[in-house]
Amino acid sequence: MAITEAKKMTTLQVKRFKPSENPTNTFLTDEKGVWAWMTTVDHKKIGIMYLVAVAFFFALAGFLAIALRTELWTPAKTFIEADTYNQLFTLHGAMMVFFVLVPSIPAALGNFILPMQLGAKDVAFPRLNLASLYIYVAGAIFTFAALASGGFDTGWTFYTPYSSDGNGAGVIWVTLGVFILGFSSILTGTNFITTIHKLRAPGITWDRLPLNIWALYATSIIQVLATPVLAITILLLSFENIMDIGIFDPALGGDPVLFQHFFWFYSHPAVYIMIVPGFGIISEVISTFSKKTVFGYWAIALSSLAIAFIGFLVWGHHMFTSGQSAVATTVFSFLTFLVGIPTGIKIFNWIATLYRGSIDMKTPMLYVFIFLFLFSIGGFTGIMLGALSVDIHLHDTYYVVAHFHYVMMGGTLIALLAGLHYWWPKMTGKMYNEKLAQISAVLIFIGFNMTFLPQFIMGAQGMPRRYYNYIDQFTPFHQTSTIGSYILGVAFLIILYYLVKSLFSGEKAPSNPWNSRGLEWQSTSPPDFHNFDHTPVVINGPYDYHKPMEEFQLGLAVSHEGHDAEHAPAEVDTTEEKA
Amino acid sequence: MANHSASHPAHVQHHFVDSDQQFDSAKLGMWVFLVNEILFFGGLFCAYIIFRAWYPELFTQAALQLDKVWGGVNTIVLIGSSLTVAMAIRSAQRNEIKGLRINLMITILLACVFLVIKYFEYEHKLHLGIAPGFFWNPAPEVTATLDHPQANIFFSIYYMMTGIHGLHVLVGIGLMIWLYIRAGKGHFSAEYYTPVEITGLYWHLVDLIWIFLFPLLYLIE
Repeated sequence: MAITEAKKMTTLQVKRFKPSENPTNTFLTDEKGVWAWMTTVDHKKIGIMYLVAVAFFFALAGFLAIALRTELWTPAKTFIEADTYNQLFTLHGAMMVFFVLVPSIPAALGNFILPMQLGAKDVAFPRLNLASLYIYVAGAIFTFAALASGGFDTGWTFYTPYSSDGNGAGVIWVTLGVFILGFSSILTGTNFITTIHKLRAPGITWDRLPLNIWALYATSIIQVLATPVLAITILLLSFENIMDIGIFDPALGGDPVLFQHFFWFYSHPAVYIMIVPGFGIISEVISTFSKKTVFGYWAIALSSLAIAFIGFLVWGHHMFTSGQSAVATTVFSFLTFLVGIPTGIKIFNWIATLYRGSIDMKTPMLYVFIFLFLFSIGGFTGIMLGALSVDIHLHDTYYVVAHFHYVMMGGTLIALLAGLHYWWPKMTGKMYNEKLAQISAVLIFIGFNMTFLPQFIMGAQGMPRRYYNYIDQFTPFHQTSTIGSYILGVAFLIILYYLVKSLFSGEKAPSNPWNSRGLEWQSTSPPDFHNFDHTPVVINGPYDYHKPMEEFQLGLAVSHEGHDAEHAPAEVDTTEEKA
Repeated sequence: MANHSASHPAHVQHHFVDSDQQFDSAKLGMWVFLVNEILFFGGLFCAYIIFRAWYPELFTQAALQLDKVWGGVNTIVLIGSSLTVAMAIRSAQRNEIKGLRINLMITILLACVFLVIKYFEYEHKLHLGIAPGFFWNPAPEVTATLDHPQANIFFSIYYMMTGIHGLHVLVGIGLMIWLYIRAGKGHFSAEYYTPVEITGLYWHLVDLIWIFLFPLLYLIE
């Protein structure tokens, strides 16, 4: 009914709403107290709680990584037992993938930013959003239960028969934890798809969606289509463990390769769940700090969807040595090369955006350059691993470890850091120490390359992954890598220090410190409880830096009580604007 | 995108502009969730296809242990319940709350009939020792016709598929009891019946999955 009314109405009465620089009411001042936070359905608070949880798991899994690198300082035992080592690398991988990388950008930053970029008051299903946070916590509790019941040492991939030969309750607990966690991911994806379709503010047509939204949209599609397959896989695995149903265990007539197919049908698309939202952040930051329209808007937007689509067809490249048919491996190898195309499209469009831009090397932009460098290396080595003959040699070596860390840490985590520094003033209302931020960004770049470049060389020379001991010739590489990991650790501690410090003694952030045209910056810092105290109206694209700022601060002049034409200074004909 | 409307009815949550937007969002959300469900069962169907290709003779032998008649009755019962849930939605659209409650009640009863029949089928099989995993301990009259080393895999798949489907039926019953109570409190009308609509969508999917399970498990020869 209301929709037909809106169609009849050709003009919207709008006026300019300049965001206040001294907001008295923000989402942080409304609904105070622990209980209010724990029961809130506000997407901003939920996003921040997710951020804290993700940071906690990142610190924990990062600490494990440092312990692993320390153990690898010498070729033989340095300070922990081989069994402990196996458990630690499994835990590091499982936590980083399922508790950090998957929820990091969509559930933490995405939750906060997505409704604001759409001019909505909240996501479509706020209570499901809160539920997803608690489901995440429940999944975490299961993982700790797994540790308490003796740990697990299957590697993060939980391959059968490692995970099904009855090596303890730990595997059952942790896989059930991942099963539960999957629902949190599914709920976030469902919420985002619905919000993007149904809750856009007046004027936000599909060609005015920020690229961050396109990226989150593609991510949500993957989450919704892939995660349930992981859920059923884990359910089958659990029943295999609990009552020997014989689906995956070869001793009972089952098929362990079927587990690998099921697992990678989720877990390969899952790496795109991790990286595609990072692409969204890079698009936002690169445009804001180049003061320039993004080059190739549609190319970047649609390449996200292309990655989501092709990403579903390449899972077999994890199984080149698992006894797949030669035809299947050839097809999977070819399809793997195809994923490089949309990714390359993005990289070239970002670089074209930089061209003749007015580049401002603030911390978020620094991270974008680090991303472009590291992610390109990660991407190219991925193409090498997708090549059949090369992969037979490099399979299960440190080369794979290095490649994965270059795309996941050099890609996703660096993009997360870019986004965190970019939106920090909006989220907290405080500015961080720019100098310390830049120093730590440089330290991360140095530490990261020291840690993982040697691993490419070691891997190419045949050092297998997941090994506790190694032969003497790899010592210098391992030791460089270990020192690099310490530098990374220090850099992250500096980041933690200045971000926490900014909360207490940081300079007050203006509403739009980077002069961005993005809709999320046209609110107060930190935002109002309802994001905007008006209904935003959008008449330009999100990256139209050639248009004046006031055109990006429009809102409906109509109040909830009805039309009030006298106080509406501007009239915008929406049908005309679209042309 | 609709304009800010002047009135904000009680059932519209604060972040929606109007009732239509809320209804459309809920419906889209439910469709996305149903896609999820299809992928979830998809894994099981995939396992079914793989193992049927591996052990074709096992599947045709083992299917004889399943009771076609009661399976068929259950199929009719579930299709009937899909009809009544659709009638419930129609009643809500026409503002006939009494009809809505009657149709919901019939749907709940049919769903219960399905589960009772399922219970007797399970009970019969467990009695014969046809149980999943290491509980597999078939009675002599079973092994007389079903002599296959991997026989338990068919029934593992059978129990997983019908068990998870049964769980969905149970969830559906819970949802419809909740709807029935809310309808009694006068929460629904032609203006607002979103929960009835999306529960109906869910119920149709549960029905549809059974329509695939029945021939795949019971009717293969």
